[in-house]
Amino acid sequence: MSANTSIDWKSQVYDVLKEYDIKHMVYVPDAGHSTAIQKFESDDQVSSVVLTTEEEGIPYLAGAHLGGERGVLLMQSSGVGNCINMLSLQSNSRFPLLMLITMRGDWAEFNQWQNPMGQAAEAALNLMGVLTWRADEPQQVEALIRGAATMAFEGDQACAVLLGQKLIGKKDWIK
Amino acid sequence: MTSSLLQRREVVSDLLQDRGDSLVVTGLGSPSYDVMAAGDNDLNYYLWGAMGGAAMLGLGLAKAKPDHSVLVITGDGEMLMAMGAFATIAVQCPKNLTLVILDNGHYGETGMQKSHTGHGIELNKVAESVGFDWTARIDNKEGVQDLRHKMHARGSLNCAVIVIDAAEVGRVLPSRDGVYIKNRMKLALGQVL
Repeated sequence: MSANTSIDWKSQVYDVLKEYDIKHMVYVPDAGHSTAIQKFESDDQVSSVVLTTEEEGIPYLAGAHLGGERGVLLMQSSGVGNCINMLSLQSNSRFPLLMLITMRGDWAEFNQWQNPMGQAAEAALNLMGVLTWRADEPQQVEALIRGAATMAFEGDQACAVLLGQKLIGKKDWIK
Repeated sequence: MTSSLLQRREVVSDLLQDRGDSLVVTGLGSPSYDVMAAGDNDLNYYLWGAMGGAAMLGLGLAKAKPDHSVLVITGDGEMLMAMGAFATIAVQCPKNLTLVILDNGHYGETGMQKSHTGHGIELNKVAESVGFDWTARIDNKEGVQDLRHKMHARGSLNCAVIVIDAAEVGRVLPSRDGVYIKNRMKLALGQVL
């Protein structure tokens, strides 16, 4: 057993975000985020908000920030494309924005319909001024979320951590 | 000929009368000009873009500031771009949020093309069907006053469609500097920048 596999990165996501005083967790569900979603939903100090589309999360978190509170947007890479114009809100008003994005279409992907947006997600975020980091190993996750949260909340930046398919494990398609 | 329809500037001015510490979010285009015309205020957040974002920005603000009334004033076109937000907001159901849709049935900013509401879609029925506590379709001044009282009561999630004259009125422009608008609201709410 290597040290890597003993790191419970899925629980670390919740623990680290709590350290940064996250009060709002807004999301479109993904299996890779299921542990964090479950922990936040059972935390009565945090508002958990299920979205119909990822772009709703950006103005929501802007509003929460105007009210003095921090939040995080959890979604899958396919949702990045849904957010593009809405990111103009962040860049014009310099709202802090922290996104955690589970990847599809970047490694061992069985469904090629995920590939176009999965392959374009990081570049698309960068085009809109979002700073990005990728985690492909369990030991990278905690430090990258800490770094992104620091730059989002201390420096009013838009920041995204991409959680790669190598990290999450390839999706098993079981009928 | 004088129209019997409500006039947008008058409606917004009446709605914001004695607003106290209500927080106001405006959708891009004419609603931003209407709120500016009623009197600029540090507690206004004007959108100039991010179409479809006004209602969700209001939701985030309402959840973070439960002791303030939060009023979203937007247009039919902007809200049509956020149909899913009706459902997201209804699930959260904050009792301090009021969504006001100034409905002229047209896209005013782009040459008055007819919108979906101009083709008969009633957004107050959408709000009602997803479970907003109180919904209304308003076409007279008494209705606007009822809405104002509802908004200040902070006892229900409200959505009102106000049917207004489509006549264009002069633009009264708020600042387009998003950072300035953001920071002055945060300061007015006692936050450290």
